[in-house]
Amino acid sequence: MSQELVLGIYVFIMAIFVGFEVISRVPSVLHTPLMSGTNAIHGIVVLGAFLVAGSADTPLLHTLGFIAVVFGAANVFGGFVVTDRMLEMFKKREIPQGEKKDA
Amino acid sequence: MLDVRGSVIASSYIVAAILFIFGLKQLSSPSTARSGNRLAAIGMTIALSATLLDRQIVSFWTIAIGTLIGAAIGVYFARTVQMTAMPQMVALFNGMGGATAALVSVAEFLRLTRAGERIGLGEGTSIVLGTAIGAISFTGSIVAFGKLQEILPGKPLQFPLQRVVNALILLALFILGVMVVTQGGSTTLWTVFAAALVLGAMFVLPIGGGDMPVVISILNSLTGLAAALTGFVLHNQMLVVAGVLVGASGTLLTLLMSTAMNRSVANVLFGAFGATSNETGAAASAVGHTVRQTTPEDTAIALAYARSVVIVPGYGLAVAEAQHTVRELATDLENRGVNVKYAIHPVAGRMPGHMNVLLAEANVPYDQLLEMDQVNGQFPQTDVVLVVGANDVVNPAARDNPSSPIYGMPILDVDRARNIIVLKRSMGHGFAGIDNALFYHEKTRMLFGDARQSLTQIGQALKSA
Repeated sequence: MSQELVLGIYVFIMAIFVGFEVISRVPSVLHTPLMSGTNAIHGIVVLGAFLVAGSADTPLLHTLGFIAVVFGAANVFGGFVVTDRMLEMFKKREIPQGEKKDA
Repeated sequence: MLDVRGSVIASSYIVAAILFIFGLKQLSSPSTARSGNRLAAIGMTIALSATLLDRQIVSFWTIAIGTLIGAAIGVYFARTVQMTAMPQMVALFNGMGGATAALVSVAEFLRLTRAGERIGLGEGTSIVLGTAIGAISFTGSIVAFGKLQEILPGKPLQFPLQRVVNALILLALFILGVMVVTQGGSTTLWTVFAAALVLGAMFVLPIGGGDMPVVISILNSLTGLAAALTGFVLHNQMLVVAGVLVGASGTLLTLLMSTAMNRSVANVLFGAFGATSNETGAAASAVGHTVRQTTPEDTAIALAYARSVVIVPGYGLAVAEAQHTVRELATDLENRGVNVKYAIHPVAGRMPGHMNVLLAEANVPYDQLLEMDQVNGQFPQTDVVLVVGANDVVNPAARDNPSSPIYGMPILDVDRARNIIVLKRSMGHGFAGIDNALFYHEKTRMLFGDARQSLTQIGQALKSA
């Protein structure tokens, strides 16, 4: 195994723990916005689409890259905007037992 | 050592990763959730801008035009979608992310093959898995979207030997995948892509609409995983970190949801829940039990002269978009001195927290929303329970009838209240497709019709009550 692959696997495993640790404290009220917010974050894959589309040198690669960028961008922008819309509705209220509810 | 550009990109990725983690953390409290989402969006902007500095990128046109079109589509739908259609929106965006991951994996494979570069074992495996998982997530999400949007039937769709066929596709995927890793071959990889597309659809079709929250959550974590795998393919740690964060959170959410339904994830996925006709339930209900109907006027009087009312919202409330109407009715009742609360079952609706989001949109105060454990002890002292379009989450069979398919699922004990009024479109079954003894209970009155219309009529009758 290459040094880089080993490093990648380390990052992979650490990120699993960070993901669980950070997210396990979310109250159920916020589960839908959380799902939507993480949905936007995995739109980061558009970054890969940028790399593919930007370095394409055949019509097929251009087409694949282009479709990937369109889909990925829709995921990122749509995801963040829709999450913001959901959370907007929570802001007016004072925070009562919100956090105490089952975390 | 890294050159200047490389250093800028690398440090931007580190900043972005930290912003993602803080963003997720802030999403854990209602007061900071919105800024958490914005932190994550800032992190995304930084990561994407830094990527444009990458030397591998020589042409910007495809990126610029593609991003503009994608962003326009995404923002348009995100802005215009009804709050009630949120679950299918998340499914749709998730599917797009999955498709992106699959296409990126395929394209990178084609590029490497063309350039005559040797594809290592780690890279090859990541390419195959990224392609397959991304494609499964894509068609799976599209089917989930179709079911929630009611383009496809919500009932489980089954055909003979379904599991055998799915298992064969999975086996074929595995064999083709091994071939790609060991021998290469772009046709073989395209076949993997196509087979995974079919498998994604076949995997979600037999799952009932009521289980879609769990399915969307699984697909969400799958897309995260696919994104992380493209990170291995492209040697990009940013993709690995962000993808895995989503994969982990999606997995956790999935487990939380299945726990709330007292079922295993495997049972949700392979149980074809609600497809089997429930002989015992149907027989029990047919034995001379009658349904007692009521009118909006009688309902209004019952509510007006109650001291305490608990409203139990369900998917029917979302379908009828009745959240504002129910809130108006509750306010009228409160002005008359009635104590009104809402009982929220953890899996009511089609997404975890679905009901909370809808009621928050209608400005229902948080402190009126009670969770299952808080409210269950209060039902015996409750004068009237108003069930608005909920079914399986109030089915006493889950508590009392060991032969029921939902036996063991925690429910709201509404049958312990003094009076129960159920607003429902018809005597049709819930998404679990099973009969509900609550509707035949002697304390229960049924008010048939569209939830919003019924609530409006009750509201009007209340004014003269």
